[in-house]
Parts: sequence; C-alpha cells; structure tokens
Amino acid sequence: MPETAPRPIRHGSSIGQPLTRRDGILKVTGAAAYAADHHPPGMLYAVMAVSRIARGRVTHLDVAAAKSHPGVVAVMTPQNKPALARHPDEKTDGFTFRLDLLQDDRVRYANQPVAVVIAETLEAATEGAALLDPAYEAETPAVGLDSSEPFTPPAIGVGDPADMATGDVESGLAAASRRIEATYETPAQYHNAMEPHAVVATWDGDTLDLDMPSQGLAMAQARIAGLFGIAPSDIHIRSPFLGGGFGSKGMIAGPQVLGIMAARLVGRPVKLVMSRPQMFGPVGHRAPTRQNLRLGAAEDGGLTALDHETLTATSTFDDFIEPSGGVSHTLYAAPALATRHRAVRLDTGTPLFMRAPGEASGSVALEGAIDEMAEACGMDPLAFRLRNYAETEPASGKPFSSKALRECYARGAEAFGWSKRPLAPGRMRTPDGLLVGWGVGTATFPALMFQAEARAVLTATGEAAVAIGAIDMGQGAWTALAQIAAEELGLSIEAIDFRIGSSDLPNGGIAGGSAHTATAGTAIKAAAADAIAQLTALATQDRRSPLYGAGNAGVIARGGRLVRRDDETRSEAFAEILARAGRDAVEGKGAAGPDAAREHYAMHAHGAVFAEVTVDPDLGQIRTTRLVGAFAAGRIINPRLVRSQYYGGMIWGVSFALHEQAVMDPRTGRPMNANLAEYHVPVNADVPALEAILVEEEDPHVNPLGIKGVGEIGVTGSAGAIVNAIWHATGRRVRTLPVTLDKLL
Amino acid sequence: MIPFEYVRATDVAGAVASGAEPGAAYLAAGTNLLDLMKGGVSRPTRLVDITRLPGLAAVARRDDGSVRIGALARNSDLAHDPAFAGAYPAVAEALLSGASAQLRNAATAAGNVMQRTRCPYFADTASACNKRRPGTGCDAQGGETRLHAILGWSEACIATHPSDFCVPLVALDARVEIAGPAGTRTVPLESFHRLPGDAPERETVLEPGDLITALVLPPEAAGFSGHSRYLKVRDRTSYAFAVVSAAVGLRLEGGRIAEARLALGGVALKPWRAREAEGLLAGRAPDESAFRDAADAALTGAEPSGDNAFKIELARRLVVRALHRAAAGTPERLPALPGSVLAPAPEAPHA
Repeated sequence: MPETAPRPIRHGSSIGQPLTRRDGILKVTGAAAYAADHHPPGMLYAVMAVSRIARGRVTHLDVAAAKSHPGVVAVMTPQNKPALARHPDEKTDGFTFRLDLLQDDRVRYANQPVAVVIAETLEAATEGAALLDPAYEAETPAVGLDSSEPFTPPAIGVGDPADMATGDVESGLAAASRRIEATYETPAQYHNAMEPHAVVATWDGDTLDLDMPSQGLAMAQARIAGLFGIAPSDIHIRSPFLGGGFGSKGMIAGPQVLGIMAARLVGRPVKLVMSRPQMFGPVGHRAPTRQNLRLGAAEDGGLTALDHETLTATSTFDDFIEPSGGVSHTLYAAPALATRHRAVRLDTGTPLFMRAPGEASGSVALEGAIDEMAEACGMDPLAFRLRNYAETEPASGKPFSSKALRECYARGAEAFGWSKRPLAPGRMRTPDGLLVGWGVGTATFPALMFQAEARAVLTATGEAAVAIGAIDMGQGAWTALAQIAAEELGLSIEAIDFRIGSSDLPNGGIAGGSAHTATAGTAIKAAAADAIAQLTALATQDRRSPLYGAGNAGVIARGGRLVRRDDETRSEAFAEILARAGRDAVEGKGAAGPDAAREHYAMHAHGAVFAEVTVDPDLGQIRTTRLVGAFAAGRIINPRLVRSQYYGGMIWGVSFALHEQAVMDPRTGRPMNANLAEYHVPVNADVPALEAILVEEEDPHVNPLGIKGVGEIGVTGSAGAIVNAIWHATGRRVRTLPVTLDKLL
Repeated sequence: MIPFEYVRATDVAGAVASGAEPGAAYLAAGTNLLDLMKGGVSRPTRLVDITRLPGLAAVARRDDGSVRIGALARNSDLAHDPAFAGAYPAVAEALLSGASAQLRNAATAAGNVMQRTRCPYFADTASACNKRRPGTGCDAQGGETRLHAILGWSEACIATHPSDFCVPLVALDARVEIAGPAGTRTVPLESFHRLPGDAPERETVLEPGDLITALVLPPEAAGFSGHSRYLKVRDRTSYAFAVVSAAVGLRLEGGRIAEARLALGGVALKPWRAREAEGLLAGRAPDESAFRDAADAALTGAEPSGDNAFKIELARRLVVRALHRAAAGTPERLPALPGSVLAPAPEAPHA
C-alpha cells in the first residue's frame, strides 16, 4: 500500500487561493458567448415540433401548411431526414443512450421531437412547427410507479449490480431490539439549467463545426461521428461556457443531433435551441423512486441490519436505473446490509444523470430512515450517526482512503448550535408562534477518476501554453484548472495561456461525476511535470547552467525559474534555459486515469448538513431558515469556487426537499408544469441563510492532487436534513417528497 | 405565433375603436398576454398598444376621498406610493406579494385585473379547455387539481383567478371604470369577473372594444387602513401564485368590530368576497370565536373540485389568521416578506 507521507509544501502556490472567476467579467458583461449566441453567415433557425402524446404513433403532419408559411425553408420529418450511418437506437457501449432522431413515426414519450422546421427566422420556424399540427394514434401510456410490472434491471447506474448483500439482513432484523420500516417516495425531477440545450451547426463537406454546450467533448465527437459516419477528428466542437449542465449535457442530447441533421438537410448553418417546455422530455431527468428501508438496532443504538429496496423507473426503450441504494453501501456501519433495485418501464424519456444520480434520491430516504431509527432508539440523531460511524466501507470492507466525516459533524454541529437541540419534536417556537425544527443529514459522494490528457508548453518567453479540452459548466474550471497549471509549472497564473472548452485540444474527459477537477487537474499536473522535466534535463546537463549536475530531482520550478532545492541561490529562468539550448519551446504531455489504489481503498467525499426549518403550525407553510454544511473533500484548489459549489448543491437540497417535482397527468403522461412558473425551484427568499464549512482533509491515495470533487455532494444530506427538521418541528414524518404544505395540515 | 397587426393607440376613443375589431386584444405590459401568445393559447390578430395613452398611469386622489388608479399605473409604482400604501395597506401588500420585482415594474394595474388563469390545462393547447375553446370539455377535472377552485366552480371549469391585487380591491368595494363603444361606465370589481357557469370563456363583463381606464376605490375604503392585511399561503416563500390568500380590513370602534371586509384569493375564478362573514363580524369583539365563525361562513358552500379538499380547511385557517393579524393593527412598515404568513407578526420585536 502507498505510504501516507505529507506532501512537500511548495512555494508560490496558486492552489488554495480563493481567486475570483477568471471568466467572471466576461459573463457579467455579456461578453461570454454561449452556444446560442453564435450566428454564422447564412444561418437558419430550427424549431422542433414535439409530441403531445406520450405513447403511440404520429399519423399525419401538415407539412404543406408549414412549408407554405413565409420564411420556412424546410421541414425535416422521418420521410426526408438525412440518412444516418448508425441507427439512433444502436447501443455501442454503456454510455450510449438511444436518441429520438425522427427514425420512425413512433412516439415513446411526451415532448419527443416528431419533426423539425427550419426557417429564415426563429418566429417563422416557431409558427411552422405549430402549423404541422400533428395527428396521432394515441395509446394508453404507463404513468407512475404502479403502472407496470417491476423487473430486475441487469445493471444500475453505469454498470453496478442491482442487488448487493453482505451479512444476513433478516437475522440482523430479528436480533434487533428496535426496528423501523419506512417507505420514502421521490418524484420525477427535470433538468432546468439556465441555458437550455442548443447547437449551432455548420457543415463543410464532411467536416462539421459546432457551437454546442457539452460536458464531454470527446464523447460527443464519438457519438456524432458514429451517427453521421465521419471521423471524430472532422468534428470541431466549441464549448467554452455552459449555462449549467448538471449531467444533462454529459452526452449529446437528441435535439442537438437534430440541429446537426437539419444543417445537413438544408446545406446551411442551423441553430437549434430548445424551449423551456421542451426540456421536459428528451434531455434526461431524475426518475421517481419509491424506497423501502428496514432498519434494526440493538439496545445501545448500534445498527444490526439495514435493508434498502428501491423501485424506480426507466423508459420503455432504454435503461438508466437511478442507483438510490448506493449511499447505503457507504455510510453507516451495519453488519448486515442489503440493497435491491427494481424498475418499471414508463412512457417517458430515458432518465439519465442528474446531479448526484442515485446519491441524491437515496440520501433523502436513508437519512430519513436513520432519523426514524434514532428516534426509535431515543437517541439524538447526530449521536446515533456517530454511534454507527463506518470506520471501513460497510459494503466492501475496504478502508477509506481518507474520511474526515467526524470533523464535519463536529464543525457543522458547532457552527449550527446543535447541542441546544431538544430531543423531542415540536418543542421550539419563534416568538410569534411558528414551529422550529432542526435536522441533520450526512452527505456523501464517491471520489471518482476518469481519463484525460493535457498539454503544457513552456515557451521561449518564459511563459506557458496549457491546453486541455476540459469544460467549465459554471463550476469554475477556467479558474481552478489554471491554478493547478500555475502551481505545477511554477508560474504565475497570468503567465499561462490557458485553453479549455474546445475539441481540438487534448481530450479533457467528461465534466461529470464530480471528478473533473481531479481528472483534468491530474492530467495538467502530469503534462506540467513532463515539461518541467524536459526543461530540467536541458539545464542540469548543460555545463553552462548554474543547475548543472543537480539532477532532475534536485530542482523545483518556482516563479518562472528552476531552482536548486539544496541551494536556492542557484537558479535559472525558463527563458534562459530555452534560449541557451536553442529551443523555442518544450512540450509536455500528461494523462490521468484511475490507478491501482482504487482497488484497495473506498474513496468518498463526506459532509454533514444541519438544517433549521420554520413551519406555520396552522397553515403548513415551510421555510428553510438556516442551512449549515461542513464538507471534507480532500484538497481544495479554490475555496471560493468550492464554497459556491456547496451552496449550489445545498440549494438543490432545498429544492429536492420542498419544491421540485414534475407533475404528470395520470391519463396522458404529459408533464403539466413544464415551465419555471409552475415547476418550482427555490428563490432567494427560500434560502435566507446558508453556510458552507470547508473541513481540511488530506488524501494521499485518491489521485496525485488529493482532490475528491465537490460538484454533487452538496445535494446529498441536505434534503434529508430538511425533511428531518420538518419532523422535529412538527412531529410529522412526511415521506413523500417534495414536502408541500398540504402534507402538514 | 401567427402574424398580427400592431396598432399604437394615441387616445382612448381611438383605442376603443381599434379594440372593437374582431380578434383584437389590448396590449399593456404584456407580462401575461405575450407568454400566452408564445404558447399559442391566445392568438389575437390585432394588438392595440395602449401604453402611450396619455394620463392613464396617474394615481389621483379626489376631493370626495376616493382614489382613481389609472389603468396603466405600474404595480410597483402603486405599491411604493407612500400615500396610497398608507391608505390601502392591504392593496400595497398584495401587490408586493405577487410576481417578481421585474414583473411588478412592468405590469399595470388593469393588466393585473385582466390576468388569465394559471390552470395548466388552459395553458396547454393539447388539453381540452372550455375556457380556451368553448365546448371542448375540461381536462383539468380528473387531472392535476391541487390548486384548483373550491368555490364557485362548475362542471365546465374549475380554474381560479390568480390575482393578488384584486383580492383586497374587491374587499374594499373597488369599481372598474370602462370606456367602451357606447361611452364610459363603471362596474363593481366584485361583479367584473364572472364565475364559470356554463360559459367559462366569458371571463369578465367586458364587451368587444371595452377598455379599462381606471380602478376606483371609494372614499370609505381608506377607513380600514388601521387594521388591514393581505396574507398569502404559497408553495415557496416568494414568487409563487397563491395556494389561498385572504384580504382583511377591519374598522374597530370601542373594542368591537364596527365593520369588516373580507375577500379570498386562489379559491375561485374570481376574487371571492365573503359578505356573509363580514356581516357576522359586525358588532363582535375581535376574538378567536368571532374569527372562526367568520371563517366558517366564508367557506360556506366550498367543495373540492379534485384533489384539493385541503384548500378548504387551509382557507378557513388563513381567514382566522388574517383577521387576527388585521385586528392587531396594520404594521407600521410593510413586512420584509409582504403577504407572507411566515413573516414575524407585527407585535413581535424586530430581530
């Protein structure tokens, strides 16, 4: 096993500094061009017509009416769509999901694209799409978790087994002195990033130029290449800024491909931007879940068994199973542990990745059930969690690569004032009689690593050009990754020409799984180390250099110079070394990926979220008046950006607990609140006080930078803490989310 | 969006003449109409822009003690007019509890009155809706009905009127001043919106060409300023339509209620004046028992139109709460969260 030696402290560090976003001024002044801001010459506008039924067939489209509308150039239907090299339903790997690209007249979910109208103006395309007025042969859709027979999925998430068990749960429950059984339900939630999916596509022969928000450029290239039968290298995607991704832009969405097809059809550049209502269908969503938890505990509060069964939903035509039980594999030390996942097929789009897929929905159910078990044991919920603190990962038995959860509990509880919490519910009131409750939830998210490559070029001016096809989706990659580059090259951040967000740069992997900073950062670190090593070789092997004979390990890069470790008076500037060697530049290359340490350790970020809610005792209205989260996620590259990620995640927790749900008409299977007036997310007044505490944690195993990732963990724990706080305020356990006021009357 | 004619009216007579044409609609801020047009819900063939009509944005106090709110007065201007807010605090509170600051800055007084329902089946052109297409049926019934009507609904329509502003206005006997092809008339706001009956497509008493030019609060409306509240139960703390709301005005004399005004929002296709409850309160001491009686009376005849029975009890409780808050006295300053039941009570010390 690797040694756990402290990392050397390096001088002139850029890592750890709370830099403001380097792209911030561009964004607040409107100068940052998002995909839909582009208007290549000759560009046309494409608007999708989407299905108003959830299941059946399109029997007629009034193409003539649409085409005769002034400004309409073409109508793309299953009859005239450009031929594809690969059927949109063909799956080539586990990350290929079936797309609706006008392959036939079938309708598999509401808001599925059924045609695309291309016109000289957005208005003409919009009216053309309305004039298509599709006729349907509707079939009865499957709506809701009780509408069809559950099946055991072959895999959940991205390939994990549906069932897991360690120890004997039934014996554990039988031996328990206290048991609880609780069923939690979470609703379907739909992606609503500020920026809807968009594409501006320009074909030049068989080469394709795209402005398109994407969380994974190389994956998008590969998918497009397969569909159109062209080489990935002939596809150039620019994606410098995303107005949010949250998983929905991880893989190219069907509507974006339709924009590319439309451009091919008309032989001109085409822009396609989804409307807000159209987001409720073809871009993935979080599936509804019904989770049944059975817990047993001994007299002293120690868990004897934890059984977590999830029923969720996927589409009729593809599989993505929300892996809600995963959190139970990790969090609490139960000697007997079992999780099962079952699913039904519904007439919806395929649910896909949505911020903390599995962890978010699973966390709220697990944290609720843990709270119920604590209550049954007469214990403080935090004390109960500490009593069942997992020293090793319960499901795998592996040690944690690091785990500062105890410190998170302690720091969060201290900041929140948890010690003053009365054990019994319904005991706290505001001066004007409103009920107040306090709840806690444990946050967790795996520390993943994907694959990426990077390039770092040290130039004759003593500066550097660092390039990686990484993605800033709002999390701050423009800033944090540049800080890593500056750190590893021993340069100030201003001396680096830093490029990301374009597919002609080295493959930066996917900005997902909370693993992008770790993965892309590690690739940058490796590329920088390679460049510095080459430069060092030039210096230390040159008799004219003050560094001659120091050896590669004998120098460090700092302030644009190589410096002897044992004698800081001996140093030489990058530019001098290159000039003397007659070199314009040295080019370093680096790659990152998961390493063997992953087999030996369980790797997760952790946190503790404390929530205060105020509830009107008569009217049921709820407000989260305080949220305090303390998180440990390894090394923190930029505390300002990380805090912002935690805030965002915790606000998603408020949304999960109190607001978000797609309301499906039970007869038609259509979302009836497909707009932001009726599909509620929190507004500022719903989040009056938010605090995120960064708990130090050093992880020598997780990756060379010690980064665990912070993008998704904030959603976990938070929703459960709020639901538990509502119980503490009211004495009512509401297990069907979101907790709306009618459930408290 | 279908092509439409855009006409900019320069005087009321011209606007009325232009607005009387079939397919015409008046355009003020457009905060509701333009959304409905984009969604294909409203498809006017002519928009008559009335925003340039002179003098229609003024708020004028008249010698008789009444106040005339010009049709084009902005929601935010009206709410932040200190004299207006002081005289009609529940109206100001209702205005500020609605929409967002940006929308309030644009939306007009008459436009607020003319808001269309938020029933999702009305907004969804794939659904049957008697209001949108008469005679096609009502897909809301049997569908998602959590926020639908509990009073005054019919088999033809179970939608609600979404306005906050109208609720205290109707409690205060506001009148609507209308310029039409046959001249000018005023009607009580209470009878301006129609209950659905068997013709939910007829939403108001307006006839073709009729243009709201003002809303008028009568002299006695200011008599409730000392004991007025608007409370609004919402699914989030701000920027949400009412689940139910209540406007209360009390005139207290010698420790008793001399006169009460009470109206409910979010419960019917019009702002719901609770006259019977008002009558019950007159002469009573302002206490829990009187308030409960009033609440029961206000909800007389309430029936769920779907999965919304909770709204009946919720409305009852809200009436009691609003009466208590009003009896305690209008807060000196508008609460930081206007209309919120979660805002501290006025008697509570400031944090």
